[in-house]
Amino acid sequence: MNAAEIARDVSARRVSAAEVTAATLARVQAVDGDVGAYLTLLGEIARSSAARVDERIAAGEHLALAGVPIALKDNMCLEGARTTCASKILEHWIAPYTATAVARLLEAGAIPIGKANCDEFAMGSSCENSALGVTRNPYDLARVPGGSSGGSAAAVAAGEAAIGLGSDTGGSIREPAAFCNLVGFKPTYGRVSRYGLIAFASSLDQIGPLARSVEDAALAYDIMAGYDPMDATSLDRPVERTADSLRADLAGLRVGIVREFDTKALGERSDALYREAYRDLERLGAELVDVSLPTADYGLATYYLIAPAECSSNLARFDGVRYGLRVEGADVRAMYDNTRAAGFGPEVKRRILIGTHALSSGYYDAYYVRAQKARTLIARDFERAFAQCDLIACPAASCPAFVFAAKSDPYSMYLMDYYTIPMSLAGLPALSVPCGWTVPEGGNLPLPIGLQLCAPLFGEKLLLGAAAAYERATNHALAHPAQIGTVPA
Amino acid sequence: MTPDTIDIRYVATLARIALSDDEIERFSKELGELLGHVRALQELDTASVPATAQVVESRNVLREDVERPCLDREVVLDGAPQRQGGFFRVPRIIAE
Repeated sequence: MNAAEIARDVSARRVSAAEVTAATLARVQAVDGDVGAYLTLLGEIARSSAARVDERIAAGEHLALAGVPIALKDNMCLEGARTTCASKILEHWIAPYTATAVARLLEAGAIPIGKANCDEFAMGSSCENSALGVTRNPYDLARVPGGSSGGSAAAVAAGEAAIGLGSDTGGSIREPAAFCNLVGFKPTYGRVSRYGLIAFASSLDQIGPLARSVEDAALAYDIMAGYDPMDATSLDRPVERTADSLRADLAGLRVGIVREFDTKALGERSDALYREAYRDLERLGAELVDVSLPTADYGLATYYLIAPAECSSNLARFDGVRYGLRVEGADVRAMYDNTRAAGFGPEVKRRILIGTHALSSGYYDAYYVRAQKARTLIARDFERAFAQCDLIACPAASCPAFVFAAKSDPYSMYLMDYYTIPMSLAGLPALSVPCGWTVPEGGNLPLPIGLQLCAPLFGEKLLLGAAAAYERATNHALAHPAQIGTVPA
Repeated sequence: MTPDTIDIRYVATLARIALSDDEIERFSKELGELLGHVRALQELDTASVPATAQVVESRNVLREDVERPCLDREVVLDGAPQRQGGFFRVPRIIAE
């Protein structure tokens, strides 16, 4: 059942938040052994939240997310709950406060079901970098759910939550959404407060929803978005409501198709699906225009200097003193070295090392500053493109969900985010919406793929509105059920 | 741009991570390859391009200088690996 429907039914007292919560927890019991979406179940917190929501509804309050079960990516703090970042270094750490985005959803009546698995410190594209658990794709259990917000995606796809909260640094909401047949939405940088989101790359990190429909994503976004004095980078500008601006067609819109993103490289079937998606946009009234992002091809190189540089600085706080793990040594220096050696997994170490290198004396200008300049060029590419179009359409990921251990070479995993990284570097709002199914070579189950739509800065209303029109006209998400079984009402 | 080499031992010292010999070998290879890929940035003419640290509007953010409640000390210290009274306990830092 969709979040909007649950909220309507709970608000009208056709069903109670307690009943929805009990049914969701039962669903988790039934399927999470196979899916592995959650690292921590919040049974007690969920039940007490539901009781409070039912009291507030009985008292006549209007709650936009009344009784909506949500999954929280485990890099977001919830007071009193274990918050691990899927890392050994925080395996037993209990958050002392609640992230603003989470607090706003709970205040609106949402019920936190569990803390969802992710790649360690949100670094990865498959969830395989989690140090604490394996998450499987509900559409084919032999495959990854995508990442880094893979647990949140799998939870929603398997009916273990109606909305998943993710964070997107280079594609970590959009790619798992594409892999799990969901809508995954990364707002403009700064729209949603990062307070209580454990930092990976602070100039890129942004919280957003994963949901079964554009309407649900818009509903969650409307509640989370807006200035927060606790995050100095959150945008102090008015937020336009999006949930009541969902469009029926695309009349009058110019949609840019990126010349450099040739979908032929994605194989015959995916190429055909993306061409069909572009035709569908046209059929809905959009005018397709050819646009160029000449610097986008440098996105990956730019990102893999900037994000690790920021990561190496942010993760310096995990030093065995203030949070989580400590491994003793002969002196304080050895304690730091041993704690971080034991606490971080290989991908986190790789990124800290490359980031430290890029920021180190003698290399700073050659790597970090040069990447920051390339970032300017990429942002300028988008500015020029948006002079000719209102939205950009392109693939959300380089391929559908892959089998475990298929991308053992780090760079092949990095390539997964080829289409999502440029938007992240430019801070733009972008989403993935289901756009068809393909049976991959060697597989026998149909797998979803995602269409990425991107708007200019602050263009959330237009973006979600257009995505809703496309979703309504195509309904690709409903074409195939998940392998894990149909989602109960 | 400088050559695509990375002295993993030195960088690990800066990053405060103890690495095994296997890790040093593996990361030297993997990160050397990654530096080969990022070398592509040399092709861009960035001579007159300003650096972007953050994409959207940014300015100094100030708040009223008034007292506000902070996190509870006991709760915060409970999250630390070792505490002593109202403090984080750390290994000896200054030699005798």
